[in-house]
Amino acid sequence: MSEALEPEIDVEALASRGVDLEVAERVAPDRDIAVKVGDPLVQVQNLTMKFGGLTALDNVTFDILRGEILGLIGPNGAGKTTCFNAMTGVYKPSSGKVLLEGKSLGGLAQHKITRQGLARTFQNIRLFGEMTALENVVVGLDARHRTSVGGALLRLPTHVREEKSAIERGMALLEFVGIADHAQFLSRHLPYGYQRRLEIARALATDPKVLCLDEPAAGFNPAEKEELMQLIRTIRNDGYTVLLIEHDMKLVMGVTDRIVVLEFGKKLADGAPAEIREDPRVIAAYLGEPEDDVA
Amino acid sequence: MSTTEGPPLIPGAEAKKISLDRESAGAHRRGGWFNGLGQRWNALPRQKQWFYLIIIVVLAYLLPVVNPPFISTEPGNNWPLACAQMSIYALVAVGLNVVVGYAGLLDLGYVAFFAVGSYTAAMLTSPDSPYVHIPYLWTLPVAMGVAMFFGVMLGIPTLRLRGDYLAIVTLGFGEIVRIMATIIPAMKGQVGFQNVGHPPGTDAAGNAIFLNSNGTPWYWLTLSVIIVVLLLAGNLERSRVGRAWIAIREDEDAAEIMGVPTFKYKVWAFVIGASVGGLSGALFAGQVGFVNNQKFDVVTSVLFLCAVVLGGTGNKVGAILGGALVAYIPLRFTAIAEYKFLIFGVALVLIMIFRPAGLLPARQRLLAYGRAAYNKVTGRKGVGDAGGSRAMSTRVSDEEKGAQT
Repeated sequence: MSEALEPEIDVEALASRGVDLEVAERVAPDRDIAVKVGDPLVQVQNLTMKFGGLTALDNVTFDILRGEILGLIGPNGAGKTTCFNAMTGVYKPSSGKVLLEGKSLGGLAQHKITRQGLARTFQNIRLFGEMTALENVVVGLDARHRTSVGGALLRLPTHVREEKSAIERGMALLEFVGIADHAQFLSRHLPYGYQRRLEIARALATDPKVLCLDEPAAGFNPAEKEELMQLIRTIRNDGYTVLLIEHDMKLVMGVTDRIVVLEFGKKLADGAPAEIREDPRVIAAYLGEPEDDVA
Repeated sequence: MSTTEGPPLIPGAEAKKISLDRESAGAHRRGGWFNGLGQRWNALPRQKQWFYLIIIVVLAYLLPVVNPPFISTEPGNNWPLACAQMSIYALVAVGLNVVVGYAGLLDLGYVAFFAVGSYTAAMLTSPDSPYVHIPYLWTLPVAMGVAMFFGVMLGIPTLRLRGDYLAIVTLGFGEIVRIMATIIPAMKGQVGFQNVGHPPGTDAAGNAIFLNSNGTPWYWLTLSVIIVVLLLAGNLERSRVGRAWIAIREDEDAAEIMGVPTFKYKVWAFVIGASVGGLSGALFAGQVGFVNNQKFDVVTSVLFLCAVVLGGTGNKVGAILGGALVAYIPLRFTAIAEYKFLIFGVALVLIMIFRPAGLLPARQRLLAYGRAAYNKVTGRKGVGDAGGSRAMSTRVSDEEKGAQT
């Protein structure tokens, strides 16, 4: 970890922009995170991703600070989802690295990255269709369970304890995202909006340090988007750090604390929503003509 | 359900509910009477379920003694022997169901594990084999162990493959084991092993209880084994292991990203399936008393798979039914036994059209205490959300409810 790459973190300045970093500390004091609130929790360093001759990500560097909601935006094909996939281990980066709490995630299996504390949802919903909503969430919770196959076979006390607490926590998470009364339905029978919420609950169940949401508002109407913004804020206030990929500018501007803009695989800008909105390069690349009222 | 009574008050909110109801109602309609049975069964209280289960188990134990008319395979085939064979097929199907039904790994070479179990039992008990001899009952755990070893050996290199590729590799493995039995001199090819051992014990007259010609004790032994295996498989199903398997079957990539070590659990599915396969192979060897290389061809593998699909992929009770049926039909209808593959083929096509989930398509229950949890939810839905459960922070859930209404 080189000092030069670490940006100056001004907690006061963040707070003045409306980032309530203390909430994170207060709500989740027992969460075992080695990084202080406001310091970089995830560091993406010179991440490059090449598919044959195509460079999908070109030397992208940014940090995710603990306790913030970071927006990752860009026009279609800018490399947002590629960046996501490279971070969560779906793709192996061509070069560069991703650090979580200062430890490199490079070369770890995907399930180990999740256990390190980086959870994600999917742009196209990928729930376990033949499982109920509660069972879906409990699969996420299993990431923190210790029962072995033998323990499950013989119903050892650890297993019984874990099963009981898993149901409690699973129901609490479903309640948190607002779909507890649908716990016993098969997830493929749930309405679309509930499926999106369930995906978030399932990712939260893995007890992540950083929650990565890949276009969670896709296909939502304005009212549902409003609800989602509420939910994302509550998640942050509960002490999670959120990385949000989103197309909808209103949602991104409304909910994020900081925004990273990608274009053609390169980082174009990095700053608070108000700055991004004024940045002429961003406007030219993404938001359209200056006259347009984007927010 | 309640949404059909009275006009919907809030169109948006109700529309969601109605579509939900409609979908679940559609699921019932598709299920037909068998599904109705499953639902009525699940609605019964636990004590009643145990009561009915005990009756069913007692009837199952009485099966070879009662020799029911119409159902019996006599005079064509000895009924207790037919029962023994049905029970062995049922056990095989239970094992294969773990691999195919739970984890969704298409294994076309399952007969290899069956063969490994059979040969283990034969080579450790038959007077034809020059090796160490141990009592027959000890060969059961040994056969399981050896089959598990083969499961790991097959699983580690092949389970990185998916779908069709995995099916082809396992098909190859099944053939390899059969061909090895032919070409390795120690395994005696077609000559095989005579007089495979059997469990000890003699009746009042001093004759051995476990004779190759008497199916009843073998049936009872296998049935007892099936009950134990079912209980253990149920334990696995309602644990993180079962959930990991189903998650892998549903979406392997998503499972991996949700923190499921998919490769590890796929190997476990193979190993557990293999151990049950080896166990049933050893029972088969003991019951028939003779093992050679003729019984472990690809066709038998397909027959096992057929049993699982016929009964209901992923349902252990369905697998028992499927396994028993696959063994039973050619024995009962001896006139058409020659055409059994034709019949099973047609049956499979028909089942795929009319009951794509198999005869007993019951869903897995994947939570050890899920029944109580769901009852709590459905009970609470009636009286409105009392907010009884401990949310991560009550403030949050209140806010959420505010956003919902």
